[in-house]
Amino acid sequence: MNLIIQNLTVAYDQKPVLREVNLTIPAGRMTAIVGPNGAGKSTLIKAILGLIPRLSGEVLWGGAPLEKPRGEIAYVPQRGSVDWDFPINVLEVTLMGCYGRLGWFRRPGKSDREAAMHCLEQVGMTDFAKRQIGELSGGQQQRVFLARALLQDAPVYMLDEPLAGVDASTEVVILERLRAVRDAGKLVLVVHHDLQTVQENFDDIVLLNGSVVAYGDVLQTMTADNLRKTYGGKLVFLQDLD
Amino acid sequence: MIPFWIIVTGALVASACSVLGCWLMLRRMAMLGDAISHAVLPGIVLAFLWTGSRNTLPMLAGAGTVGLLSAALSGWLGSKRKMMPDAALGIVFTALFALGVVLVSRYAEQVDLDLDCVLYGEIAYVPLDTWTVLGWSAPRAFWLLSAIMAINLSVVALLYKELSLWAFDPQFAQTLGMPLKRTHYLLMALVALTVVACFELVGAILVVAFLIAPAATAYLLTKRLPVMLTLSMLIGVLTALLGYGLARYLDASIAGCMATVSGLLFLGAFAFYRVRNFGMSLKLQ
Repeated sequence: MNLIIQNLTVAYDQKPVLREVNLTIPAGRMTAIVGPNGAGKSTLIKAILGLIPRLSGEVLWGGAPLEKPRGEIAYVPQRGSVDWDFPINVLEVTLMGCYGRLGWFRRPGKSDREAAMHCLEQVGMTDFAKRQIGELSGGQQQRVFLARALLQDAPVYMLDEPLAGVDASTEVVILERLRAVRDAGKLVLVVHHDLQTVQENFDDIVLLNGSVVAYGDVLQTMTADNLRKTYGGKLVFLQDLD
Repeated sequence: MIPFWIIVTGALVASACSVLGCWLMLRRMAMLGDAISHAVLPGIVLAFLWTGSRNTLPMLAGAGTVGLLSAALSGWLGSKRKMMPDAALGIVFTALFALGVVLVSRYAEQVDLDLDCVLYGEIAYVPLDTWTVLGWSAPRAFWLLSAIMAINLSVVALLYKELSLWAFDPQFAQTLGMPLKRTHYLLMALVALTVVACFELVGAILVVAFLIAPAATAYLLTKRLPVMLTLSMLIGVLTALLGYGLARYLDASIAGCMATVSGLLFLGAFAFYRVRNFGMSLKLQ
């Protein structure tokens, strides 16, 4: 299965943020979206998810157009996108992952709760199940979001900066889980901020700056030339990557 | 019997409003009720001009329609770029209220449509206006509010998971293909219905107070949403009781005293919350 993005253009207030994005991203790979601030990385993910309007272009999953997803994509938003003072605990947030499968009026049952606890166990958060979400550290909050995505068990995972500002052990846990998801044959697409850690953790890379500068296998695509084209003169550690 | 019915009415208004108010506050839309209670004026005036009577049902229908329309319009406007949601709310609702004022001053002045008495009810008069349903005689307010209370409670119970996603993480809900828009407009419709029915019976100040204060008070006291919903309703009932007592003691406006008590209870909870947090930070040191 492939996620195909054709001629995708997104504009805010008539100003194009993303121009003519064409990508064919295969399942069973871990792909990083990398680029400078304002390159449109989050915008690309949100446009694929149908959360912001597309000016033109199409997204196909398994050959069928994906206008508005209905649970096919497990989305892990940036941590700042929700109110962490909300009166809800870790287990309840995780359970939201199965809400799409339940119809109108139906509440999660015992088996859903057990599945949610299993997902929390996978991210090392079992002991925190009854905690209010505001009492967690940033890394723990990110793990809960990942547990929710794991419970959703979708064929595609999209994560927006899941490793930004998290502690080292959370980073290990998240990457380990994502590799397991990929090895189960799913598509994993991650907006990533740290160029230094791309090579060791991802299979493919999309270099983005308003449009796709380069896309392909990490080792072949992360050349000094491509990075210069993506980041302009702002990159100071190019020599480390050669 | 008169004090009993006033307190029951106050308690019903309080719990019907606060069970919705919790969701509005969590979605940062707490002022919606205040806005709706003003925006419905042109609907009431038009219903009055059209039917020529001050019957409850046409007025409720007119007010409900305009209330729902204005909630939809401000929601739509607020979702557009270069438009702040609260500014959209302010513009739509003040413009509609002003339109109502123009309509009243142009057409309704020659007949007796007094804003204070007719449009904005007075809780003290509630026991005087009774309906007999199935052989039971009780104030009209009691029957109407019981029906609204039943609707609000069942919608919140049945759509608990939709509402909690709508309030907590609407973008995630959208990616699941959840019926987010329908949930949103259903809640808006309930708010419009509740606000319109309640302010016709007990006055606007009490409705706005009960939509916000018990929810805000309960929010300070618990970290669990189901507890917050229940607690806010109990606080509402307590407010009605204490407010009536205060009104009797001071020989003052009942609605005014109930609204004042709702503010005082909030203040108490706020002080408790700050002191407890301060205590916990001392312990950590």
